[in-house]
Amino acid sequence: MTAVLCRHFGLKHIEIAEDIASDTFLKASEHWAINGIPENPTAWLYAVAKNKTKDYFKHIAVFETQIKEAIKPTELETEQNFEFSNQTISDSQLAMIFAVCNPTNSTESQICLALQILCGFSVEEIANAFLTKTETIKKRLLRARTNLRNDNFQIKTLSETEIKSRLDTVLKTLYLLFNEGYFSKTNNQQIRKDFCSEAVRLTLILTDNDYTNTPQTNALLALMCFQSSRLEARTNDKGEAVLFDEQDKSLWDKTLIEKGNYYLVNACNGNEVSKYHLEAGIAYWHTTPTDQNKWQHILQLYNQLILIEYSPITALNRTFAFAKVYGHDKAISEAEKLKLTDSNYYHELLGYLYADTDLDKAIYHYKQAIGLTKSKTEKQTLTKEIERLTEKKTAGNKGLASGGQTC
Amino acid sequence: MKEFALIFRLKDIADFKPSPEQMQERMNWLAGIASQNKLVDKGNTLLPIPGSAKTVKPNNVVTDGPYTEIKEFISGYIVVQADTIDEAVEMAKGNPIFDQVGGNIEVREVLKRD
Repeated sequence: MTAVLCRHFGLKHIEIAEDIASDTFLKASEHWAINGIPENPTAWLYAVAKNKTKDYFKHIAVFETQIKEAIKPTELETEQNFEFSNQTISDSQLAMIFAVCNPTNSTESQICLALQILCGFSVEEIANAFLTKTETIKKRLLRARTNLRNDNFQIKTLSETEIKSRLDTVLKTLYLLFNEGYFSKTNNQQIRKDFCSEAVRLTLILTDNDYTNTPQTNALLALMCFQSSRLEARTNDKGEAVLFDEQDKSLWDKTLIEKGNYYLVNACNGNEVSKYHLEAGIAYWHTTPTDQNKWQHILQLYNQLILIEYSPITALNRTFAFAKVYGHDKAISEAEKLKLTDSNYYHELLGYLYADTDLDKAIYHYKQAIGLTKSKTEKQTLTKEIERLTEKKTAGNKGLASGGQTC
Repeated sequence: MKEFALIFRLKDIADFKPSPEQMQERMNWLAGIASQNKLVDKGNTLLPIPGSAKTVKPNNVVTDGPYTEIKEFISGYIVVQADTIDEAVEMAKGNPIFDQVGGNIEVREVLKRD
């Protein structure tokens, strides 16, 4: 909604658009609580937003004519024709993302801004996505907004070169949007399907456009399809996470897997191997039944991925794959070299790796993980695991440990 | 953090083409360093085969490859970061090249030219 409104206000007045959007939702919550949800909630919201916008323009007009009588009516005064069709909404959304991804800001700031304004991310969610502190993000956002305003730029039709040069950042934004949905850490929800489907929808639009239908875009879409195929299987009725090994594979969406295959084949037109290609490759192997070489393939893809771009999560997932190929003992020494002691996933991985051989160490690491994670469901899962290990310890026998990554 | 170049030398030109298994082990080693965020430059392989290697000497003397005169030849390099040279040496010790074919790794601190 902010995106559609911005198209009319110009990005300079992004705050006004945001205010109107939140006013609209406030009105909706008041009105709907009394009168019930209207038949077409989207249309209702846009109708209210439209009226509020018109009111705002009228208000401005009055202000302008009274204060500055001599001045001719400004552009803002003229009643604009709003189009709130579905087509405009989707285009506006993408157009805004491309507009916000303006090289006047650093890539990271561009992405932060896009996530906040367009994807409705909270500062905390952005901080999670970037694995940084909320304070850093707040400062970054403030600077980015000032830069945009100073640059005095608007949503306009971008040239082919502009679109192409901004595509990388746009893809990264959509990638982070999807990931936040898929591995949601805030709001005590493990998965936010709305984020995932929004990311898929926008990426799909990119594949319809000749300028943006690149191998990278296809690889990203393939990745999203493969991951989405497991959305249903990843949580149980109570909303708790189901670990990869314990997922009911019949719940995996075969149509989405096939779509993923289709886009992955498209992505291989050309010699380019991006991180999306590698991640889609890994996701592809996860959708296949376990065969002898599956984890060896996954490990090699992670090896390539970590050489392209370091990230703590990639490092940890790579070590998990390493454990699947070379066993837990060898993986423990690989894992401990990572020294990511501030990460709950680091401790979860070590807890999992030690669970077979050293119960005390396993419990220690799981406890560390509980202290570090913000997710309630994750805390519950870990607490259960500690209880299981403690029982095992008192019983004094060693059995097979369960657990693993929630792919 | 300091930067160190790890320079690989192989003993025999026949060892130059690794098997897929050897390649996997070498990749695991390299990615292991990258996983610690200590790989500065994944470097390159230097081809030692005829036509890809020449040595230029005084008086315009050009010979084929380095292998006519010295037994060990440089096959590649990477750049890592570490607090001390000992840490870089520990990384080098883990290289599968020693178990696979032999050779050696020279560890040299990088002094940046700027």
